[in-house]
Amino acid sequence: MKANRQAAVVGIGSTNYFKRGRSSPATIQELGAQAILAALDDAGLAVDDLDGFVYFALGLDTGWFAEALGVPTIRFSASAGTGGNASASSVALAATVVEAGVADVVVSVMATHQPPAARFGSAFAYRPPTPESDFENLFGLLAPGHAFALIAQRYMHEFGVTREHLYQVVRTQRDYGLTRPKSLFDRSITREEYFSARMISDPLCLYDYTLESDGAVAVITTTADRAKDLPNPPVYVLGGAMAGDGRWGRGMNWLGMDDDLFTTAGTRRTADELYAKSGLTPGDVDVALLYDHFSPAVLLQLEDYGFCGRGEAGDFVADGNTKIDGRLPVNTHGGHLGEAYIVGMTHVAEGVEQLRGTAINQIPGAEIALVTGGPSGLPVGAVLFGSSAR
Amino acid sequence: MSETRWDVVHAPVMPAVALGLSPHSEPFWEAARQRRLVVARCTHCGAYSMPPKGFCPSCRRQDQQFVEVSGRATLYTYTVVRHAVISALAVPYVLAIVKLPDAEDLKMLSNIVDCELKDIRIGQQLEVVFQDQADGVTVPRFRPVH
Repeated sequence: MKANRQAAVVGIGSTNYFKRGRSSPATIQELGAQAILAALDDAGLAVDDLDGFVYFALGLDTGWFAEALGVPTIRFSASAGTGGNASASSVALAATVVEAGVADVVVSVMATHQPPAARFGSAFAYRPPTPESDFENLFGLLAPGHAFALIAQRYMHEFGVTREHLYQVVRTQRDYGLTRPKSLFDRSITREEYFSARMISDPLCLYDYTLESDGAVAVITTTADRAKDLPNPPVYVLGGAMAGDGRWGRGMNWLGMDDDLFTTAGTRRTADELYAKSGLTPGDVDVALLYDHFSPAVLLQLEDYGFCGRGEAGDFVADGNTKIDGRLPVNTHGGHLGEAYIVGMTHVAEGVEQLRGTAINQIPGAEIALVTGGPSGLPVGAVLFGSSAR
Repeated sequence: MSETRWDVVHAPVMPAVALGLSPHSEPFWEAARQRRLVVARCTHCGAYSMPPKGFCPSCRRQDQQFVEVSGRATLYTYTVVRHAVISALAVPYVLAIVKLPDAEDLKMLSNIVDCELKDIRIGQQLEVVFQDQADGVTVPRFRPVH
């Protein structure tokens, strides 16, 4: 019989989540290793089976994991990127590696560990200056939120999207997060709280920003053949993309994009690639896990990935379409805005749980899940998961 | 300590940020010191780009020059920064992306100054002003044309 090397996710694991810096004295490597062991355990696999590693953050190191966990053989190791744009890419790359026969059991792992000296959202001004940074720092563009606020303001101006729409995004996700035991929030949010919150960078207020969190999530990808003998129902990788329109460039880190792209998430090309590779359409997607570093990112991606027209995402959310009984439930785990910020990897784990049928906020009969990486600079990754093989 | 005035636009003054000057960016800041706004333009095909990186993204030649523009601009988008990411920074200040009509509507990041927050409108006409910082750097910013 012909070998079936189609990639399937068979294990997910995570540490507890912590507010920024509170995971100390654990190191970033230690958090990563704990998540890897938890994911292997979930998969019914052992360290001896593991032969590939994919990262998208600085600070994780294959040599360290090999020493600490006694990994006998390494056949593949790579970084899929250096930030949230590569969260789904890390699984897309693992799937490519497995299908090509380069390695058999690949872990994609993200860990965040943010003592005061290593804040993720810290001021760009503390980074070493570059010729490009002069054109940001000197004007006071110092943080990711500043860049996203500039995009959001123009988007809202062009399409009549309002802060009420942003509130609906935040409220929906905070409500989803209520049932999540690892969530860093213990309650939802009221409209009054949202509209009386501190403005950080107009039009974004405190609640439009993700928390900064510590923790780790690991995801195990192997072949369909191997998955048959494992305890969990396999979640197949039906398509993966690490793509973009070149005119987006560094995106949020540039802000010189052409007008037709400026008011998007810069991920339309990623979406095209993903649907073409998988043969699926937006209408096939049962649940979407959209990277949400800032609340407007959810709206922009709903448009880029084809779930509604340009400028329609605010009403799409306000009409309840993204709630659990809506047309397209979005970020059913609470996402970054309503659970914790492990740089997109909780979205991957939720996509897997939804298709296993074991999610806490389960969508009945979910068969196809979209998981996206963070709109920022090129390339941005995304994957489509399916409960059935293609 | 004086009370923060939320209605007036400050200019952001960056405390002790070293300029990472390279041959590609240095002429921009030197021109600003001379009260001239310049942008990068390809000497071969004429395409504009900012910030300058040394290559023309249209014809790929590595022969950009800085050309002077009038300093007229329109406001494309902005944000009122109300949280001081660096504690020494006075807030609020306004980050803006302006379009330069003299350079085929090239987008440029800068600030809006010399006006009240309530008077800022996307699409409004702006003109460049040059502000000298204590560290000797001159920063081109924009104000509404009245």
